[in-house]
Amino acid sequence: MFDDLRDLYQEVIFDHNRNPRNFRVMDNADRKVEGFNPLCGDRLTLYLKMDGELIIDASFQGSGCAISTASVSLMTEIVKGKTEQEAEDLFKKFHEMTTGKDEQINLEAVGKLAVLAGVREYPARVKCATLAWHTLDAALKNEQKSISTE
Amino acid sequence: MTNFPVEKIRADFPILAELIRNKPLVYLDNAASCQKPQAVIDSIVHLYSHDYANVHRGVHTLSVRSTDKFEGARTKVKDFINASSEKEIIFVRGATEAINLVAQTYGKANIKAGDEILITAMEHHSNIVPWQMLCQQTGAILKVAPINLQGELIYDEFEKLISDKTKLVSVVHMSNALGTINPVEKIIAAAHAKNIPVMLDGAQAIPHMAVDVQDLDCDFYVFSGHKLYAPSGIGVLYGKQALLEAMPPYQGGGDMIRKVTFEETEYNTLPYKFEAGTPNIADVVGLGAAIDYLNAIGMDKIAAYEAELLDYATEKAGQIKGLRIIGEAEHKGAILSFVLDKIHPHDIGTMLDSLGIAIRAGHHCAMPVMDFYQVPATARASFAMYNTKEEIDVLMKGIESLIEVFG
Repeated sequence: MFDDLRDLYQEVIFDHNRNPRNFRVMDNADRKVEGFNPLCGDRLTLYLKMDGELIIDASFQGSGCAISTASVSLMTEIVKGKTEQEAEDLFKKFHEMTTGKDEQINLEAVGKLAVLAGVREYPARVKCATLAWHTLDAALKNEQKSISTE
Repeated sequence: MTNFPVEKIRADFPILAELIRNKPLVYLDNAASCQKPQAVIDSIVHLYSHDYANVHRGVHTLSVRSTDKFEGARTKVKDFINASSEKEIIFVRGATEAINLVAQTYGKANIKAGDEILITAMEHHSNIVPWQMLCQQTGAILKVAPINLQGELIYDEFEKLISDKTKLVSVVHMSNALGTINPVEKIIAAAHAKNIPVMLDGAQAIPHMAVDVQDLDCDFYVFSGHKLYAPSGIGVLYGKQALLEAMPPYQGGGDMIRKVTFEETEYNTLPYKFEAGTPNIADVVGLGAAIDYLNAIGMDKIAAYEAELLDYATEKAGQIKGLRIIGEAEHKGAILSFVLDKIHPHDIGTMLDSLGIAIRAGHHCAMPVMDFYQVPATARASFAMYNTKEEIDVLMKGIESLIEVFG
């Protein structure tokens, strides 16, 4: 019945929505930033544990749609073990994948985040996918204020 | 179903024949904005094709024709809400501008530090923010009467909040997020007993029921054209003449003056005192055409038909496991706000859109209502006179299917 939506709602997204990874409060977090999408009410709190430049743990709490939950769940998995610079580079590539021109897309460069490429066709949903990454960006820049997609 | 000519009405709305994602459009976002009948579209095309010029200006033929159509629409609005005079009908951009106008003219002239403005917990942002701005400017205090879990105003609490300090009561006639129809007659009587004027935000109520401002005895009534099958960008402020006469003007400029020198300006009479600049002529004419169209059907018949649609939708929704209706007031208009277990409203919106069904997913410009129910957002199907039971069946089937997909 929802054949048109297969590119947007891939099985991996349903899986991460049902069982989000790293969905927990981190008591000893070095960085803690809140992200908010006023358009749909999505809220998340992102926690990072750092060892110098290295992200050694990432977790989150909050509620959101399937796209935003899957996006933040996948992100916490993928950034663990990456340096701040590597995470920022990934953010840039992810941003290009969701909002950039077709020729900028490099699905191989984003690994399993490629399952979120489908949001490109749904402008109203792009912010659902990018909220997690904007929040991470703020955390890496050590901004303590809340982040809003608007 | 009653003998309501829904198929004939549907044929008057060209957009309803549109295919969305290769499926017939099921338009259930009427509380956000209604679609327009051909008569409204034609009225604008006809004006620009045959009658258009600026109004209230020239002696030439087109200016006279344009003015006649423009002022004719004002009379139609006056009759539609049964105001006592055209002087009480002010054209504005929409309900939002009307509320801001009252806040910045009546409010600034009459509300001081320590005074109170009373609203309810189910207001649209447009009936919250203008008062917060006025409170910041004057030092007045905004009081909010609570609602219960059914989404009804707790009337006793509301009455307790009316005090000697209350200078204005401003409440929504029908809630856009919940569908609740407020007991406005009681509210107005209680406020008037203490000589407090009452403004009703009728943006949501006006397309769903007959409104008689003299019978209600409200002091101000505001609504938007775009929810009344008329164009966007046009709305109405009704105010009792004596109140409007005493209010300072809102914006300065052409049309709102009688005589201007560099030393002083004499303002124009009502309603022009509040209509500075060239007005939205074409959309006023469109609003008049929408009112003609609705009058030919009859607001009471529309209300009765929509009540049947709501009953049917409520019954069907109640059969879906995991669906919770938000807003179950006893007196309710044709709005079905709901949430699904573990499925975010935004996902519901995208999934239903892929089936050609347009609903709203979000906070409906009523974030405090979402906070009250502790949900980030709801999905909302809102019905209009051109919707059918068959469309409600399509909606419910869509909801059941997406629940299955989400597992």
